[in-house]
Amino acid sequence: MDFLNAIVAFANFVLVPGTAYGAQLALGALGVTLIYGILRFSNFAHGDTMAFGTMFVILITWGFQGLGISFGPLPTALLALPLGIVLTGFVLIGTDKMVYSFYRQRKVKPVVLVMVSLGVMFIMNGLTRFIIGPDDQRFADGERFIISARTFKEMTGLEEGLAIKTTQGITVITAVIVVAILFWFLNKTRTGKSMRAYSDNEDLALLSGINPERVVLYTWLIVAALATVAGTLYGLDKSFKPFTYFQLLLPIFAAAIVGGLGNPVGAIAGGFVIAFSEVTVTYAFKKVATYILPDALAPDGLLQLMSTDYKFAVSFSILIIVLLFKPTGLFKGQSV
Amino acid sequence: MTRRDALLFVFVGFLILGTGFTQSWNSALLILNMGLISAIMALGVNLQWGLAGLFNVGVMGFVALGGLATVITSMPPNAEEWSVGGLRVIFGLLLGAGTIIATIIARRRMSKGRARTFATLAILIGGFFLFRYVFDGGVEAIEAVNPASTGYLGGLGLPVLLAWPMGGLLAAGAAWIIGKTALGLRSDYLAIATLGIAEIIIYILKNEDWLSRGVKNVVGLPRPTGVPYEIDLQNNAGFVERAAGLGLDPATASTLYVKIGYSVLFTVVLVLLLWLAQKALNSPWGRMMRAIRDNEVAAEAMGKDVTARHLQVFILGSAICGIAGAMMTTLDGQLTPTSYQPLRYTFLIWVMVIVGGSGNNFGSVLGGFLIWFLWVQVEPMGLALMQLITAGMSDGFWLKDHLIDSAAHMRLLTMGLVLLLVLRFSPRGLIPER
Repeated sequence: MDFLNAIVAFANFVLVPGTAYGAQLALGALGVTLIYGILRFSNFAHGDTMAFGTMFVILITWGFQGLGISFGPLPTALLALPLGIVLTGFVLIGTDKMVYSFYRQRKVKPVVLVMVSLGVMFIMNGLTRFIIGPDDQRFADGERFIISARTFKEMTGLEEGLAIKTTQGITVITAVIVVAILFWFLNKTRTGKSMRAYSDNEDLALLSGINPERVVLYTWLIVAALATVAGTLYGLDKSFKPFTYFQLLLPIFAAAIVGGLGNPVGAIAGGFVIAFSEVTVTYAFKKVATYILPDALAPDGLLQLMSTDYKFAVSFSILIIVLLFKPTGLFKGQSV
Repeated sequence: MTRRDALLFVFVGFLILGTGFTQSWNSALLILNMGLISAIMALGVNLQWGLAGLFNVGVMGFVALGGLATVITSMPPNAEEWSVGGLRVIFGLLLGAGTIIATIIARRRMSKGRARTFATLAILIGGFFLFRYVFDGGVEAIEAVNPASTGYLGGLGLPVLLAWPMGGLLAAGAAWIIGKTALGLRSDYLAIATLGIAEIIIYILKNEDWLSRGVKNVVGLPRPTGVPYEIDLQNNAGFVERAAGLGLDPATASTLYVKIGYSVLFTVVLVLLLWLAQKALNSPWGRMMRAIRDNEVAAEAMGKDVTARHLQVFILGSAICGIAGAMMTTLDGQLTPTSYQPLRYTFLIWVMVIVGGSGNNFGSVLGGFLIWFLWVQVEPMGLALMQLITAGMSDGFWLKDHLIDSAAHMRLLTMGLVLLLVLRFSPRGLIPER
């Protein structure tokens, strides 16, 4: 029984939150990795793109709530999500036409594009704060739990409860659907194949008649969808605050690099590696250990490897370790 | 410097003088002092980017390390904290460093294989728990001493001016560690690594109370020699008389006097660093760095050790940022870890370098002053603009309130626009590289 309690406690505090966070990071890292693979620069504005997309979703959600439209037990934000994606898509394509395409035609060094993305980051960050304000916004509604801790305890008779929030369930399901569609698109459709070809070898792709502007257009649309979905899921699960989204840049980049920049499968794996390391290293294992170990060995301390404040240090250390031993990432990524 | 460059400097000078005439001399001096510090930071970033093409987005971290150096150097040591846990914490840190060194030695000595992997893991895991055991006990004891007023180890009690080179040294040390791991890899990896280390340095400052009181802030840092306290000036009959002679009341006169004192000190540092940077730029070393920046492969073929040179210039640039950080904390008189924001301390400095003209030291200095001026003045300008836009709306209308409340965020927007416009239409900046 104690053993089961230990497993449930572990699942409740590490496995479930880690999976949800990992899915959010994976979606973010997919966006970064796609831009890297096809447009060939590290997009520093990605965190703020996520914030921008989420902002649209929040505003639309508030509109729906005002009109009395709801999605039953599910959050209204899911209804607003497609509209948010479309708006973000327009913004990103507009940004590309006004900002990035100029540098692309001149074939500047990637680092100049990174610098340009810094400018875009400033503007997006400023606009987000301007429109919705720098404060926390909560927009989750509907049913709060799939299983609450108390129901779980009553059902199983265990001492430990396992709570699964609706938002966590939705995160994982949505992520699976989005990733499935993305891989189907990249591997089966003509446009997807031309995108991969362009990413593998630009000159050869151009030679075989692939229209680069079309590839770029589709890339931005997909990135808009990925960023808005990732941002909305993160905001539903935790809360929306523009600065937090800016800070997400570090774990997202860590995930993309750990997996191998430019490699979509790597980005997903990287997202989960980073998420689980962050959650595991900063979780206090006292409860789990008390169940497993005999009373005599019960720990005095919290058995926490690092305080939760250092979660960024965890993603950073993993990034450094991977860079030192396998600079192209766990899965083979590109390098310029 | 050409005549055009000189005119640009005169223009910025007029902007600051204009603030003095239209707003107050106090605000003008505030802009001047922070402008001097920003110019030094921009000089450091320009050394890395303009001269060597290294993309460092961790300026904030190095600036914060400079601030930490001010506390460590200038605050008096706290005897009680030292006696209860000081040595234990130091010993713990040494154990931590020893673990890493032991791992590196083991990996160098042993041949590749399963034995080496196990040895690495054993040393790392064992070392980590040993470190935590020794270190945590010391930290707990220190933080328990008088947490409301001290609860940290204090500093060395040295004159605060020594903190400025100290800040440079601390930043250089951090830069060495980052450079060793990330240089030699792809260029964006350095960017990500510096972004990460900057966040981590801020988290350390926020959470390690034994070191610098964390978010409880260290206040009352001593002032450098030559900069008196306002209250002493106001009690000085001679000073009050001279102030009255200039038609100033003692309170205003004393704040102006103190600020001018800082301006003089900062100007000395800026001129010295600018002179050194110019010397470096025009030396054989500077030409080599530019050659490496423009064509790494060719420079390597000429027998230049690209990675080692990059490490060198990365450390130097970061050290300059550290010096500027120490100066800034000295000016503030307190260390406030929560005030370090990447947008303000990393990306704003980048805007300064790009707008001023990367690769040109005078350009970075100009950019430092100009962008800092804009950063300070855009907020009131934005507010005025919003009031103009909303003038026709009735009071209490939601859009009016929202627009006026949001005027503060105009800053980021303006900085982004300035950066994009300069990159697009004048990518070489106001004073281009020659």
